[in-house]
Amino acid sequence: MSKHVVALAREIPPGNRKLVTVRGRPIAIFNIKGEFYGLLNRCPHQGGPMCEGVLTGLIQSDDPGTYQYSRAGEILRCPWHGWEFDVKTGQSWCDPEKVTVRNYPVEVAPGQRVVQGPYVAEKIPVALEEQYVVVEV
Amino acid sequence: MSQSLLERTATQPAHLGLIDCDVHHALRSPKDLHPYLSQKWRDHLTTYGSRRPIPFISSSPYFKSAPALSRKDTWPPNGGPPGSDLKFLQEQLLDRYGIETGMLHLLSITGMDQRNQEFGAALCRAINEWQYAEWTQQDARLKAAIVVPGEDAEAAVKEIEHWAGNKDFAQVSMVTHTIEPLGRRRYWPIYEAAAAHDLPVGLHTSGNNGHAVTPTGWSSYYAEEHHEVAISQQALVTSLVCEGVPARNPTLRVVLVEAGVAWVAPLCWRLDQHWKRMRDEVPHLDRPPSSYIKTQMWFTTQPMDEPEKPEHLTKMLDWIGWDRLLFATDYPHWDFDDPGTAIKIPLTEQQRSMLFRDNARAAYNLD
Amino acid sequence: MSFPRIGAIDCDTHPAVPGMRTLLPYLDDHWREQVTVRGIDGLDPSSFPLNAPANCRSDWRANGAKPGSSLDLLRTHALDPFGTKAAICNCLYGAAGTFNVDFAAALSRAINDWLAAEWLDREPRLRASIVVPIQDPELAVAEIERCVPDKRFVQILVPAAIEAPLGRRMYWPIYAAAEKHALPLCIHAGSTFRHATTSNGWPSYYLEDYVVMSHAFQAQLLSLVAEGVFTKFPNLTVVLAEAGFTWLPQFMWREVKTWRAMRAEIPWVDRAPAEIIRDNVRFTLQPTDAPPEPDQLAQTIDMIGTDRALLFSTDYPHWQFDGDNALPAGLDASLVRKLLLDNPLDTYPRLKETVA
Repeated sequence: MSKHVVALAREIPPGNRKLVTVRGRPIAIFNIKGEFYGLLNRCPHQGGPMCEGVLTGLIQSDDPGTYQYSRAGEILRCPWHGWEFDVKTGQSWCDPEKVTVRNYPVEVAPGQRVVQGPYVAEKIPVALEEQYVVVEV
Repeated sequence: MSQSLLERTATQPAHLGLIDCDVHHALRSPKDLHPYLSQKWRDHLTTYGSRRPIPFISSSPYFKSAPALSRKDTWPPNGGPPGSDLKFLQEQLLDRYGIETGMLHLLSITGMDQRNQEFGAALCRAINEWQYAEWTQQDARLKAAIVVPGEDAEAAVKEIEHWAGNKDFAQVSMVTHTIEPLGRRRYWPIYEAAAAHDLPVGLHTSGNNGHAVTPTGWSSYYAEEHHEVAISQQALVTSLVCEGVPARNPTLRVVLVEAGVAWVAPLCWRLDQHWKRMRDEVPHLDRPPSSYIKTQMWFTTQPMDEPEKPEHLTKMLDWIGWDRLLFATDYPHWDFDDPGTAIKIPLTEQQRSMLFRDNARAAYNLD
Repeated sequence: MSFPRIGAIDCDTHPAVPGMRTLLPYLDDHWREQVTVRGIDGLDPSSFPLNAPANCRSDWRANGAKPGSSLDLLRTHALDPFGTKAAICNCLYGAAGTFNVDFAAALSRAINDWLAAEWLDREPRLRASIVVPIQDPELAVAEIERCVPDKRFVQILVPAAIEAPLGRRMYWPIYAAAEKHALPLCIHAGSTFRHATTSNGWPSYYLEDYVVMSHAFQAQLLSLVAEGVFTKFPNLTVVLAEAGFTWLPQFMWREVKTWRAMRAEIPWVDRAPAEIIRDNVRFTLQPTDAPPEPDQLAQTIDMIGTDRALLFSTDYPHWQFDGDNALPAGLDASLVRKLLLDNPLDTYPRLKETVA
């Protein structure tokens, strides 16, 4: 496993996302209320592009006809078949034990700790103080 | 489903030249038909429009999973609804998956189920001309269906005869939610004409006929209704067989589209069992109902069934008969089947060829 | 296999009401007079034409009497040959079909009282389903509560095709009563013809109407699950009678697939629909709608994913098998025992209490 800079943190404001490729793997990076999460951009169902999915809240109910809404913007619906995944853990809402989308640890690192890479090569001159989004793959 | 199975992809079928038996092109708007309609019908389309026996002008009462029933990534970058941009469809579907032939099914507007029958006939002609000029003549991989005003058999036969022999049209198509079940006598001339011109009849679940979506009334949720439209295809098969449509037209071929396939085997068993008890009622059937299904009917695979144990699907497909199956993506709909990943069971070379290509060549009599 | 005589429980038989005259003693003065003065009669369900060969085996027909109308013949044809120790009577006479809900309630009362007096009282092996006016759930609950003290009533009976899908909230008072009294809900083949028998319109032939009845059952299952009936009433058991069951595996596959996409629309469905069906739904054996090969039937049942789903039935006097071949080929001995005995006892707590 190694760390890779994939974006500037400010490129991905809260509620937004970016598709990046790291070591040949397409990864969707999401900013959920200031925290970053990464998901492999391939739905475990049929391979749909997760990064293009809709972010929703979580709708639950223990009593038909009532709806409890929480976690706005934290559930990703695959753009193909609409399967719901918890962006933070990759777990499928329908089948949490059996179906997950591969999630990648994402951290925001200050400039000095990053690994050399093309992005850094482009950004270093202006971005020493800035925060980088780093993916470990 | 185990994670490893979900991540497994079937061998890419691209090198075979895949035949996709359910592709949905779309109008950008009803105005696209104006060049093909007389002024009278242009005006009618604009003023009264397509009136359907449902509560809303521009929505189904069953709200779908996603806008335009479509995958979120299929909205063309240049505007228009999913399926309306040929170039985008070519890139995202035909080129990407190496599709040799795509069978087009238009779902809206349909001339097929217009209550105003004159209008319906005019719409069908316009739709067919639009398909020819702007789709099949633009990309030889695409084949259209001759859409016909099903409730008016005479007009439908005229429309078939107008296009018969034109290689851009691979089949005849009607909606499936009709005033009477499609096996009934009033529709027989349509089957006779299709058979006479060696055109299969492709029946994609569609239309509104004012009947409840189930035999016991109206479902509340799309989660039910989406499944119900597949169940209605079983009733359609039952009608065609019991009324003797394949029996009376031994060369007729019928394709049932977008209902999945696993139900075919148990329906055959049930039909055969009860035909044994009631065959005196249907003397025009001189052999078990399943025999007509297994020789004259084909079924598109989408949405592909996904049992917890994949070997169950293999068995079910064995019981149906691998020669009955036609692969389809249903692009651009949300429950699309990806040619590489939708089939989660091992396939022999022969099964792969049949499913992705050879069965379609037989059903559609493609060179 | 020769029929194992272990004291089977037959979960679907059809005593027939000879005519409204038979029920007159069980109506009050007002309704007795209405029936007589207005000539109300002939409420046999259209879903079972009386003379169709399918609805009575030729060797079970006798003396021009209505099939199923004789207790003696029921004993001789359906109980004795199989060593049956208990059989459930599902009377299909048309209470659910009338538009006058008060009459539906009165007719239901009469049928239930007639069953108790002329069938259950005379034959200790018999049990019955409570016929209810499903058209009016409040009146249906009243009839359930009225019959509950008689332990020989073991379930509630409704036809498969009615005015609205059974999952709808307006029916829920019935399920509350059912769950409270440990009475399964039996959905039985038959249509009240409030809707076309297919969503494609009205078929021509009885054969078609019969075959597509499985779609009414499927619609009911979709509704019961989607509306959250099993979330609200987790102890409710539903029995599908004369529905067939070999369609069940593919039905469950499709239902689960749809649920994975649409979970948020019906968020009270808290687990895969297939699991809910395995836990809460049962199927009578006839018609078996068997595949051509015996081993295929065993494989189909295996696909259902539980050995608890099936309940033995003869469907007497409907012609579903010949001779004493009430069991299809291809079932192993342990499954046979389960469906003949264990599953029915498990499904019907009130029956379990009273069976020897």
